Amino acid sequence: MLLIFLALIALWFILPLLWLIITPFSKEPSLGISLTAPTLHNFAELAKAKTALLAFKNSLIISIGSVALVVLLASLAGYALSRSEFVGKDAVITLLLIFSSVVTGVAAMVPIYSLCQKLHLIDSLLAVILVFSAGFLPTAIFILKDFIDRVPRAYEEAALVDGSKGTDLFARIVFPLIGPGAAVVAVLCFVNIWSNFLVPFVLIRTNSRVPISVAIYQFFTEVGVPRIGLISAYSLLYALPVLVIYFWVSRKYGFGFFGGLKG
Amino acid sequence: MPGPNQFLSRKTIFAFLAPALILISVFLVLPAFWVLYLGLTDQALTGIKAVLPSFIGLKNFRIAFGDRFFYNALKISFIFVLGSAWLGQALLGLLLAVFLYELKGFWRNFVSGAAVLAWIIPEVVVAYLWIAFLDKDFGLLNQILAAIGLSRINWLYSHPILAIVIFNAWRGTAFSLLLFSSALETIPPSYIESAKVMGANLSQRFFQIILPQIRAILLTDLILITLWTFNVFTPFLLTGGGPSFRSEILPIYIWRTSFKYFKLGYGSSVSTILLLVNLGFALLYLLARGRKKYA
Repeated sequence: MLLIFLALIALWFILPLLWLIITPFSKEPSLGISLTAPTLHNFAELAKAKTALLAFKNSLIISIGSVALVVLLASLAGYALSRSEFVGKDAVITLLLIFSSVVTGVAAMVPIYSLCQKLHLIDSLLAVILVFSAGFLPTAIFILKDFIDRVPRAYEEAALVDGSKGTDLFARIVFPLIGPGAAVVAVLCFVNIWSNFLVPFVLIRTNSRVPISVAIYQFFTEVGVPRIGLISAYSLLYALPVLVIYFWVSRKYGFGFFGGLKG
Repeated sequence: MPGPNQFLSRKTIFAFLAPALILISVFLVLPAFWVLYLGLTDQALTGIKAVLPSFIGLKNFRIAFGDRFFYNALKISFIFVLGSAWLGQALLGLLLAVFLYELKGFWRNFVSGAAVLAWIIPEVVVAYLWIAFLDKDFGLLNQILAAIGLSRINWLYSHPILAIVIFNAWRGTAFSLLLFSSALETIPPSYIESAKVMGANLSQRFFQIILPQIRAILLTDLILITLWTFNVFTPFLLTGGGPSFRSEILPIYIWRTSFKYFKLGYGSSVSTILLLVNLGFALLYLLARGRKKYA
């Protein structure tokens, strides 16, 4: 009884995923599952689609730009918070975390659009990077401060004797020691930003500037016959970085790690 | 001067904090207040009201509370949260976590692996996977139905709410499953073992041992997934809110009024309502977490 229930649930999880594994390599791509001899034809089609390639570049710029900005600014801020005492420090961190969970993309899409318009940032990748970074910074600061709290102060005290300043302490001593924390933050931000649809959908107007999420949406809402082969190959390549992270993380840390990864 | 325990000067601390705080203030905190103001204007996306909006007080809110599409969106959002988050993600996640705890081994890795995969793949891709899966003529689900002699169903057209509920349960069960699985690990195995020895069956063990132990986590999970599900935009990629608004959850309603009908001011007033709901759930979460700390 129990096993039948589990098997059905497992099927329910697996069946919709089959399409993503089979169709990109199918000779007759359709919305159904058609097993044919595998071909790379759909990927060759994709390589000819200029918008698709541009979107890949845009997605990389947005994701890598945001991740770099978040890791840098959050570790600086986390360091400052870890090594200072002032009244209401914890309250500030809690308040920032509340803002980041309450001000969701959906609730803030209108004011963010209007704000970017005022700042002449509509239709720019920079706007998307800044919006994503601001959204993830509170969580990133929270995580990295926790990591920095565990770095013994003795290292910095020793360096201080040598006459190092705050920037040196951060760049040469603390930052290299919080590698694992920075990696957690980077993975968390990358997976979420790479996948996000709404923010670029609202902020970017020009076709040559959209990231992959919006480009795929445009491919399948386009008038005419949707190019299913191309879309399926594109979807697989788009999901690939996330899938690589998935297999790597679950081998190394188990599925439990993902519990803190999204949301 | 740095104090004895403090080797960063005030200036350095400020300089390290400033960039992050400025970015957060401008792109996270400011929008939350900007939306309150915009909601009180007739700001439009284009035309004269885009440049010169006027202050119209609470008129947008009066319009919203008189608009049947607003109530429609609220109602569908409510069904969506109840169906996909509570019945779907939380209940299914809990059942799966308990069953998999009993079984361990292959099944555990297989089911949690598949659930996490569904959760982590980019939303545009999963939306397209489900459009293919549910397609009337070619989709795998209808092929299976046809193969066992049932009639094909145009899911996204005839049952749009059911479709997005099932989709979102599929999409998000992993979080609850992982949360409950790790909660179960914290229950001393001897509790469950001795109950087994005393002859308690699975449902007795569940209601008398497991449930009381993980009540606090269940509450946390429900608050979090309610907040998230209320703010999910992905169904837009499946149905676009249609056919004829029959799957238009509140986020899609906000998008439609603001960016399709160009009424940024009106969209902001509805966003304000959503923001207040979010705030309520965030405070509930803090309350629940605070209570757990002292319990």
